[in-house]
Amino acid sequence: MCLALPAQIISIHAADMATVSIDQVTVEICLALVDDVKIGDYVLVHVGYALNKIDEEEALKTLSLFAEAGLTGNA
Amino acid sequence: MSKPYRNQLNFTSGKIDMSHGGGGRAMTQLIDSLFIAHFDNALLRQKNDQALLDIPSGRLAVSTDSHVISPLFFPGGDIGSLAVHGTVNDVAMSGAQPLYLTCGFILEEGLALADLQRIVVSMAKAAQQAGVSIVSGDTKVVERGKGDGVFINTTGIGLAPEGVNISGNLASPGCAVLINGSIGDHGVAVMAGRENLQFKTTILSDSAPLNGLVAAMVADSGGAIRCLRDPTRGGLATALNELAEQSGVGMVISEQKLPVKSEVRAACEILGLDPLYVANEGKLICICEASAAERLLAVMQSHPLGREAAIIGTVTSDPRHFVQMTTSFGGRRIIDWPVGEQLPRIC
Amino acid sequence: MKYISEFRQQHVAQHLAQNIAETAKPDRQYRLMEFCGGHTHAIFRYGIQDLMPDNVEFIHGPGCPVCVLPTGRIDNAIQLAGHDDVILCTYADLMRVPASNGNSLLKAKANGCDIRMLQSTQDALNIARDNPHRQVIFFAIGFETTTPPTAIALLQSHSEGLRNFSVFCNHVLTPAAMQAILDAEQPVAIDAFLGPSHVSTIIGSQPYEVFAERYAKPIVIAGFEPLDVMQSALMLIRQLNEQRHVVENEYSRAVTRQGNLKAQAVMQEVFEIRPQFEWRGLGLIDNSAVRIKPKYAEYDAEIRFPVPAIQASETRGCECPAILRGAKKPQDCKLLGTVCTPENPMGSCMVSSEGACAAYWSYGRLRN
Repeated sequence: MCLALPAQIISIHAADMATVSIDQVTVEICLALVDDVKIGDYVLVHVGYALNKIDEEEALKTLSLFAEAGLTGNA
Repeated sequence: MSKPYRNQLNFTSGKIDMSHGGGGRAMTQLIDSLFIAHFDNALLRQKNDQALLDIPSGRLAVSTDSHVISPLFFPGGDIGSLAVHGTVNDVAMSGAQPLYLTCGFILEEGLALADLQRIVVSMAKAAQQAGVSIVSGDTKVVERGKGDGVFINTTGIGLAPEGVNISGNLASPGCAVLINGSIGDHGVAVMAGRENLQFKTTILSDSAPLNGLVAAMVADSGGAIRCLRDPTRGGLATALNELAEQSGVGMVISEQKLPVKSEVRAACEILGLDPLYVANEGKLICICEASAAERLLAVMQSHPLGREAAIIGTVTSDPRHFVQMTTSFGGRRIIDWPVGEQLPRIC
Repeated sequence: MKYISEFRQQHVAQHLAQNIAETAKPDRQYRLMEFCGGHTHAIFRYGIQDLMPDNVEFIHGPGCPVCVLPTGRIDNAIQLAGHDDVILCTYADLMRVPASNGNSLLKAKANGCDIRMLQSTQDALNIARDNPHRQVIFFAIGFETTTPPTAIALLQSHSEGLRNFSVFCNHVLTPAAMQAILDAEQPVAIDAFLGPSHVSTIIGSQPYEVFAERYAKPIVIAGFEPLDVMQSALMLIRQLNEQRHVVENEYSRAVTRQGNLKAQAVMQEVFEIRPQFEWRGLGLIDNSAVRIKPKYAEYDAEIRFPVPAIQASETRGCECPAILRGAKKPQDCKLLGTVCTPENPMGSCMVSSEGACAAYWSYGRLRN
């Protein structure tokens, strides 16, 4: 289930709301489920709520895992 | 000389009421001050119940459309410009040059005259850009609650040039499939204008008259063009399926070759929609003989409405009439007919 | 699109496909159940099955909350919408799902019920604020990803005193579903699990550890994008080869072992476990769903309105139940393509865009 998309926080408003952007499309979302987010952070957005912050370091680690050599040593 | 009207119509704060559809002076005043004033041409000024047209002999293309879009005004257009472009394009898809349009208005009691004026001005401009005249019309008013502000019906006629045979049943295996630009722009622009969807974009509707582009294509390689179709409601997917069915063929298109603006892609991701099924109003599909494809592509790309044109696929022999797509991953999927309106999804 | 496009690169997919082909031993089958409807969709949309060797098979599981919602509950929602002063708010996914007697929320809307599609529970709150004299009911569905947003809305309506707002709660729990699959009387042959992406951002990877251990099945929490799915398949194949069975987390950019504690706290504040709940295809499962706590009973649509239990019958011949368990494939259903098509869906597996039958219709028919 669950269409959730990474989006970047571009502004934060009162009452736990924020504007996020994906490729210049902006959406209003609710931050009530996350703590310590700031402008520039990437969050996972589902049904108008941020579920979590995306961990940039882990993202890069995962990408490099993909590129790892297989059994034959090709990478 | 007709009697002058006692009061001017109040285009700032006035509203449509039942008298504007009653057939009396109020209606005539509306027609004179608004429709004839802006659509202005010799035929309309005659104020007959019909327009008598002098048309050289040949084949006439005729097409009709009703427009019920909501919201009435959206980024990049409005129901008026949409109505003109839509019918101009339908006529042009036969290779014909659109000449004349009629338009019937069904106005809802309470519609702001300012809005109606804005729509009519927009239609006049669109008609002028497309080189067509609006020569006959009709006005009705329905009670509040029985219409969505305004419904517009347009019928267009045009003249098909000699020696041009363009029809949806003429695609054959080996033909190339081309499109003049990015898909999904109109649908996304209109959705962003709807209140209940919380996203914003800078995307504008691609609503545009395609007859100039078609004329350039026909002039260059008219004999090699088999089909033209403008993919409107239901998106590219529907139009391709229609053509496949009509011609009794299959198609294979390439996901990577489809022009899609990054913002449209992002908006579709957010809503869970597939750009293939999102409406367009300024796009055409061209199916042509393979040998003419590169040439037609160049003609399209040198026209303002074809800068992002691309060859997106080929027609195949397929008794199942499937429209298939090779995905960006190298797999294949079927692009099926849509079922009703595509709805946003959360999962 | 950042954090999206990088995980869809085709040349990396080719590389991963090669790794998988080299790692999968030719002398055995690898039956991987992908638990999350989002994974079903990604597998079909990107043709990932085509990139797998023949002995690696994806089995679709019950991770589609639209698909597992019993028909009787949709009948209830239609009944609720039928009350004169009710505005029923729902995610659009549910609009076309067939209810009893050929009905649906879409048809009920055409018949005059005030049913509104929304993108967020915040929209439902706005509707309630704008319509103080109407009863606004939010038709809540979904696994643990979607449950915290419902909880927040309920808490906000409570703190604002929005007396006209209530929730018809159908939230279900993932670990219970996984357990039901593993405990099934006629178990389906499954070697390993691709764990759900976004449910796991909320509950963490920890709840799956008991299954990996007790049932000796490897589990990899897999991200949503096609490269995530492929990498996760590779990790499962490696575990099976090495006869390990642990929980690994491929989706580490969004999932931690403990999950989102704030979201968990909010869920615990508002909801309690239902002793039993019916799942389409899986029958009654213990402790598999939640209901609103007595503390917030005021906002529970099942208390505010009559919501009789409806035992809806399955359409004869509809194989959705078996498909949801992984026991059958869409092609095994006699109704598929004859009576049951996207225009005329007989069951939820064809309506939901994550449903195995809908996915098969668009992508799978070509492979035969």
